[in-house]
Amino acid sequence: MSIIVNKDTKLICQGITGKAGEFHSKNCIDYGTRMVGGVTPGKGGETVLGLPVFDTVAEAVEQTGANATMVFVPAAFTADAILEAIDAGIDAVIAITEGVPVLDMVHVYEVVRESNSILIGPNCPGVITPEECKIGIMPGYIHKKGRVGVMSRSGTLTYEAVWQTSNMGLGQTTCVGLGGDPIVGTSFIDLFKLYEADLETEAILMMGEIGGTAEEEAAAFVKEHVTKPVAAFIAGRTAPPGKRMGHAGAIISGGKGTAAEKIAALQDAGIEVAESPADMGAAVKRALESRS
Amino acid sequence: MKIHEYQAKEILRKEGVAVLDGHVARTPEEATKAFEELGGSLAVVKAQIHAGGRGKGTVKDDPEQHGVQLVKSAEEAGGVASRLLNKTLVTIQTGAEGKTVNQVFVEAGCDIARELYLGIVLDRAAAMPVLMVSTEGGVEIEKVAAETPELIHKEHFHPQIGLQSYQVRKLCAKLGITGKSVRSADKFMRTLCKVFADYDASLVEINPLVVTVAGELVALDAKMSFDDNALFRHKDVADYRDLSEEEPSEVRAGEAGLSYVKLDGNIGCLVNGAGLAMSTMDIIKLHGSEPANFLDVGGGADAEQVTEAFRIILSDHHVRAVLVNIFGGIMRCTTIAEALVQAYKTVGFNVPLVVRLEGTEVEQGKKVIAESDVDIITADDLTDAAKKVVATLG
Repeated sequence: MSIIVNKDTKLICQGITGKAGEFHSKNCIDYGTRMVGGVTPGKGGETVLGLPVFDTVAEAVEQTGANATMVFVPAAFTADAILEAIDAGIDAVIAITEGVPVLDMVHVYEVVRESNSILIGPNCPGVITPEECKIGIMPGYIHKKGRVGVMSRSGTLTYEAVWQTSNMGLGQTTCVGLGGDPIVGTSFIDLFKLYEADLETEAILMMGEIGGTAEEEAAAFVKEHVTKPVAAFIAGRTAPPGKRMGHAGAIISGGKGTAAEKIAALQDAGIEVAESPADMGAAVKRALESRS
Repeated sequence: MKIHEYQAKEILRKEGVAVLDGHVARTPEEATKAFEELGGSLAVVKAQIHAGGRGKGTVKDDPEQHGVQLVKSAEEAGGVASRLLNKTLVTIQTGAEGKTVNQVFVEAGCDIARELYLGIVLDRAAAMPVLMVSTEGGVEIEKVAAETPELIHKEHFHPQIGLQSYQVRKLCAKLGITGKSVRSADKFMRTLCKVFADYDASLVEINPLVVTVAGELVALDAKMSFDDNALFRHKDVADYRDLSEEEPSEVRAGEAGLSYVKLDGNIGCLVNGAGLAMSTMDIIKLHGSEPANFLDVGGGADAEQVTEAFRIILSDHHVRAVLVNIFGGIMRCTTIAEALVQAYKTVGFNVPLVVRLEGTEVEQGKKVIAESDVDIITADDLTDAAKKVVATLG
């Protein structure tokens, strides 16, 4: 088992005729993902990577049975593309695009919460269930099928954690990049629920960062509802207040959203917090061993 | 993106939010003229910088002069302007180095009955904008939030639907705004929320928000900042950008497509990905040193960008060593290694460089560095890299 995506997931790419969309679609296919088509308004009837291109997501779903989409359309049109995918009944919408205006996401967030779809992102590396299905821009080969559910607000930091858990022989069930924006479709809490229910996931590793209160909320949830061992790392202990650290959401404002507050909340919830980014894999191992 | 008070007030006036009359001045003569044009018996001269705390802040080398001052004649307006313009103002938010005042805002006075606080931000947890008001106007709202949170009253609103009148009435009841002032508050608050949404603002702060003796609400101060990701649809707002308010090296990085933030330490960092870049800063600190910067080269950096990144890092004279940390995903380690070697030669490195590569084509990447004739120290993992770069400081 796994969460969100598996070997039966049928994927389309919105924006497949663009440079990034085509490049990453090819990488997903090479990894073994069942890619069934793409969508670019106005380019229906064309073929990319041997796959049919449709004008609308609804047509793509009707003709291919797609149940997941990878969104690569430009930031100005991303909200509309996500809404179209939800309207077409796609189960998993993975939005990679960076730079989406945050107020666009207020409406998208409301719609996705009322729907049966899951939205991952925007501004995220994607989702991967090792050896089954890769949707996104992560390097597939660093992942190994295994025991740890991995989730993060950052891309390369996730790769670092995946690499460490792969090298330690722990492996991963499913890895999810939540995205670095102030409003994203899926929270740590949403994923804790899924990992907790997943039979193969034995431990959960979360990588948070400064800004907002998602980590504090997650810690409170873990304390009450999660029985599996949890490890965590928070990036940005040395980040100064008031400065955006790359991600639109990574900013300490009004003295809130500091790493220290987040780490304290996580530790209070009994979560094994890695002091150093080099210690993330080891922290999961410690969390696992503390229960055995 | 931040803008000045006078620019925020231009927007507010245009959109129908009550502000006082005022003129921006870049010379003492302009300030004198501004006072005359306002035609009143008093005015306020306010230094325009992208930082709060101006009223309590003082001019460097002229500690008697504050950033905001009441004046009672045109001559006095000109005199205050001359003591502020082209001078450095130090406030609680600028840090010790302060900020240069390039313009002042000369604004009419008003008869103040009460001073309140109003702020609009995005509430990330609720995924919705929120209007916050408080009776504690004119003071630091962070302090109020920490010490007496019950004095801050909030109403969420949908950006497309806007704040509703009943929400204003609820807030008025909490603030003790009664009678015909409620009508003034309705227009003021609802229009302000509409401005927040229509302009893709990330912050609108009116502190203090004044209730005049006549019972009208007026924005005495105005602070606005905007979502950088939405500036493409607000060209007029983008034109308000004042580059002189920003760190020159950060502006330069932005032009090269790099995300850079200058810090106070002496180990420069070059990393791919924001989360890993922050983590790299953290691990430097963990091993006893301080990072000189945050720098994310992004997912598809080429030799040109890496070269520019090195130039920016090395232009900070506090930098005594540089750590490169790359986890190659889509970006292959060979590409980055070649770019590093080329950039190293082009830039003319004068401090130690430690490189840690991992991920796609890592072995070939390390080989490229080993076979080059440049003096790069390679590291095997994050901890090794941090230890090695800290050790170079001796």
